[in-house]
Amino acid sequence: MNEVLLLTWVRSTGLSIATGIFVLGTLWRLIEIYTLGRKPDLSVPRHRAAASGLHTLFRRSLPAPGMFIRASASYLAGYVFHTGLFIVVLLFAPHIMLMQSLTALSWQGLPSQFIDATAVLTLAAMLLVLVDRINNPVKRFLSTFEDYAAWALTFLPLLTGYLASRHLLLSYTTMLALHISSVELLLIFLPFTKLMHAFTLWISRWYNGDINGHKGVPS
Amino acid sequence: MSASLQKGLSVLMEVIDAPVASFFSSCVHCGLCAEACLFYTETGDPKYTPIYKLEPLRRVYQQEYTLTGRLAKMLGLSKPVTDQELEIWQPLVYDSCTLCGRCSMACPVGNDIVYMVRRLREGMAVAGHAPDGLVDASRRSLETGSPMGVRLPALMAQIKHVQADTGIEIPLDVTGAEYMVLMSSMEIINFPEYLGAVSKIMKQAGKSWTLCSEAFEATNSGVQIGVSDIAKVLVGRIVDGAEKLRVKTVISPECGHAYTALRWDGPNLIGRPYTFDVLHILEVLDIFRLEGLLKTSGFEDAQLTFHDPCQLVRRGGVLDQPRNLLKMVASNYVETRDSGKMNWCCGGGGGVSTIDEAEALRFAAFRVKKAQLEETGAKTLVTACANCRIVLEEALEHYQMKIDVIGLTELLAQHID
Repeated sequence: MNEVLLLTWVRSTGLSIATGIFVLGTLWRLIEIYTLGRKPDLSVPRHRAAASGLHTLFRRSLPAPGMFIRASASYLAGYVFHTGLFIVVLLFAPHIMLMQSLTALSWQGLPSQFIDATAVLTLAAMLLVLVDRINNPVKRFLSTFEDYAAWALTFLPLLTGYLASRHLLLSYTTMLALHISSVELLLIFLPFTKLMHAFTLWISRWYNGDINGHKGVPS
Repeated sequence: MSASLQKGLSVLMEVIDAPVASFFSSCVHCGLCAEACLFYTETGDPKYTPIYKLEPLRRVYQQEYTLTGRLAKMLGLSKPVTDQELEIWQPLVYDSCTLCGRCSMACPVGNDIVYMVRRLREGMAVAGHAPDGLVDASRRSLETGSPMGVRLPALMAQIKHVQADTGIEIPLDVTGAEYMVLMSSMEIINFPEYLGAVSKIMKQAGKSWTLCSEAFEATNSGVQIGVSDIAKVLVGRIVDGAEKLRVKTVISPECGHAYTALRWDGPNLIGRPYTFDVLHILEVLDIFRLEGLLKTSGFEDAQLTFHDPCQLVRRGGVLDQPRNLLKMVASNYVETRDSGKMNWCCGGGGGVSTIDEAEALRFAAFRVKKAQLEETGAKTLVTACANCRIVLEEALEHYQMKIDVIGLTELLAQHID
């Protein structure tokens, strides 16, 4: 298979398979998790301003009081790479064009120089996250193969995307094919790995806020 | 597989609900919960990372409730939870977790880790992997009504002493009283001044109240060990007593976990809402303050600080009341670092203080509390939980720190003429 055929395949059949697994897998996982249900709380709730599921959903994006100083690197690298991913995935003009072709939705992108700089910063933050996972005794202790695989599945699309857009290392066609392939791998594995947190964390935060908010604790 | 392990695993399957599944699916192994746990911060041992303590529960979830886990199990690729493993996990689930809930406040993806530890304890206890200290306390609670084996005659003896000291009659089994006052065995044996303080405050407020001879113990070791059947029996005794005396409000004493067990777990254990209200004594005192029924005179001039009991503040929602009350009697009150909803645990909650084998670890974990207290320079430490109080006193003695510990109710009563 030459590079043009490879690119054509990953853009058509490959993308359909990956998207299908991603959508069905995510739906399956969400159903698997949330149909377990929970019992109603029979205790009389205590109402307090700022103590609810909705509050915690937003509040958990900030460190709890006293926590930032204890794990500054985790928080900073985490903010940079999540924000960077968001910008690169959703505000890069070619990505917006792809979204438009799939969903008919379109929005304003950011200049490619800004996206390039963001990608470099995000790659650096992700490398820092990896080094921290290897060096930090708790993270190293907790880490399994899945943690490193999830890191690689997230890092590769970013790296290949940057190399393709800058026409580095391989031909543009080959690098673009590798970029799309790596995105497809990410889509295929996301529902079945810890990357699923992209969906479940919002509901976990809401549960936490709801359980504690019932007692009047702003969690 | 032993019969007890089989039962324990069945219980673990039963306690896994949507929040547990959502929490496990959200964990990214960031390790931040370790930084919130005093057993990790004071030992540096990663095995005390809160989410790691849940590993047996996570595996049961994965193997029984996820498609990939079930497939792996069918193909013989998964590692089953064994008795040996639960035995190894016992010190992680009990000795080194006070159910303090700091991890649940810190987790960036929102996992309520204590919610899950409480559930894991259900399975651990049924599988026969609960610590002897908690098993004995639970047995004594069922047999005698008290985890310390305190029976009615002991309470009656203390009532006589308190009446002699204060000159105020302690009402017992008064039908139709507004308040039914509960105590913890720790207060009956070690801190009976609490009862004297309550009688003084109630007299000033002009409120009717009573103790109940059939339900005076507030603590619930069933919740701590993680056996809902025991917890239900213990809560049921209080409910029966309160409904028999037709009281309007039951007052939980200065005991953190007794409050959460009665106020938040109780209705869910007995399967229906109560016919009465439940308030912590500090909530009652704050209501009296607002209504002008609590009148104090004079101030403590010496520097003092407050230890927020975890079950009261973080797991119970009693946040502002202690500070409102302290301002009435303390002119030189200082907050500790991380006070309020992120306060550090005394190290003995969640049943840990009853586990002999956990004593050395408890003293090690206390170092964070020690630092908090030393930073304030306070010579008096006020709290609102008898278990915290005894744990604090023991640890202060261990570290030869000259700080007095007093209950807030007692402190307030000292300022009533």
